[in-house]
Amino acid sequence: MCFTQNFWSLLISGLADGFLYALIALGYTLVYGVLQLINFAHSEVFMSGGFAGYFVLQATLGSHTTSGWGSVGYVALGIAAGAAGGGVVAFLLERVAYRPLRRRKAPRLAFLISAIGASYFLYNIAGKEFGHNALEIPAPFTNLPWFSIFGAPVQAYYVVIAIAAISMLLLVDRVVSSTKLGKGIRAVAQDAETASLMGVNINRIISQTFVLGGLLGGAAGFLFGLNAGVVYTMGFTPALKAFTAAVLGGIGNVRGAMLGGLVLGIAENLPMGCVQTAWRDVIAYGILAIVLLFRPTGILGERLGRAA
Amino acid sequence: MSLLQLVDLEVRYGAIPALRGVNLSVETGEIVTLLGANGAGKTTTLRTISGLQHPASGRVLFEGRAIGDVAPHDVLALGVGHVPEGRRIFPQMSVLENLEMGAYRRRGNLREDVEHVFSLFPVLGQRRRQEGGTLSGGEQQMLAIGRALMSHPRLLLLDEPSMGLAPLVVKAIFEIIARIRSQGTTILLVEQNATQALQLADRGYVLENGEIVMSGAATDLLGDPRIRAAYLGETAAH
Repeated sequence: MCFTQNFWSLLISGLADGFLYALIALGYTLVYGVLQLINFAHSEVFMSGGFAGYFVLQATLGSHTTSGWGSVGYVALGIAAGAAGGGVVAFLLERVAYRPLRRRKAPRLAFLISAIGASYFLYNIAGKEFGHNALEIPAPFTNLPWFSIFGAPVQAYYVVIAIAAISMLLLVDRVVSSTKLGKGIRAVAQDAETASLMGVNINRIISQTFVLGGLLGGAAGFLFGLNAGVVYTMGFTPALKAFTAAVLGGIGNVRGAMLGGLVLGIAENLPMGCVQTAWRDVIAYGILAIVLLFRPTGILGERLGRAA
Repeated sequence: MSLLQLVDLEVRYGAIPALRGVNLSVETGEIVTLLGANGAGKTTTLRTISGLQHPASGRVLFEGRAIGDVAPHDVLALGVGHVPEGRRIFPQMSVLENLEMGAYRRRGNLREDVEHVFSLFPVLGQRRRQEGGTLSGGEQQMLAIGRALMSHPRLLLLDEPSMGLAPLVVKAIFEIIARIRSQGTTILLVEQNATQALQLADRGYVLENGEIVMSGAATDLLGDPRIRAAYLGETAAH
């Protein structure tokens, strides 16, 4: 049976992809919640995180190699730099590409065009400045299997992704469900005008929502780059998949984005024992089409501004 | 100085005038009611006071300060609470979270305030974990009022609190409004339910096509044949 072949190692790589999709998908879903806008430039937030991580590590470590706790610090620094890079770009994106349109009460289409424009601008700038070849982030750990689960080898990279992603997902869930920022985000998503009557500064919440999504997307960019390297086009496919995941889980729904990411990652990896890898994207978008056919609001449903 | 004063207030939606030269004042400690038919401009008046709408000309003065161009979240911080038309509860937040939203701009312990709201509306206390969207209309209205009280407003704007509610529930809500005033909150009440509003209020204004056409003590308005004809469903006596 081709499905049982390599089941565990395909599941592990599926989970790793799924965690990254989940982190990126949160950026789409949070912004959609407060603005009913798909931020199609989020792919470049992800890319910026990758580059930020790369350059900060270059600057601090140079060609030094790390081991043990040093490696942990190396990864943590990269994630922090990626998150910061993503957060800054997301913040600027909202200020430059969206806020002026909001102030003028521009039609929805204008936001879409602005998003696409911003995306082209950012990745072309990155291509021009940083070259068209992937820059390799020196791995702080070996590619050799670290341990095995049911006979499937597990590389340190997967452990890093799992730990980093799970902590960030738990943290963002907590932020949305029980902090003042989270309540503000949910209130704006459910009824922005009434939120303003409660004293919520809508513009500030929107800005902070972009930054929150940017932190997660940027961190994901670094984690992705750790394995695949960083290059100006790196955002396109993962971000489109993550957008798919957000819709799959129920756009606007925070836990839906997490679930959608994991489901998509696993679903597109598991059949790889049976078919060629060229089928991967066909499967991913096929799943989206089928789910939406039967459940147009996604797995958990569009629940604007709700934690679950 | 009046707590609230509207001076020659003009508001437009695009080219369409919604308020035309409205003059109105509310003194500290009063209940003032604003009456009028659908589309007369009552809701627009409240929305302009709380900054959701901005005047084309004229002034909104709160404690003497011009607030016509102030954003809603800052108007709230100055001490104006607004219970909007249609209640506008956050449907996917619990009763408790809705109340916490009311105190969004405040710091510190909210327990006393929450208990105060539950003492005014005991049914909300029983439903504190329930989602706002699942409450009945009357309960949602109570929650909307309780939520607005959480910010400790000096002026409370109430937009048709009786809308769509059963007579007994309306009676209970009007009793609570009287109690809120007696605890020191000034109230501007928009209503279509003219009799009950005038029985509760000290003074009233009547709005027609964006203009104030009548104003005076509530008892006088209640006895005025024109009011009785237009809003209380009686035919004018000749």
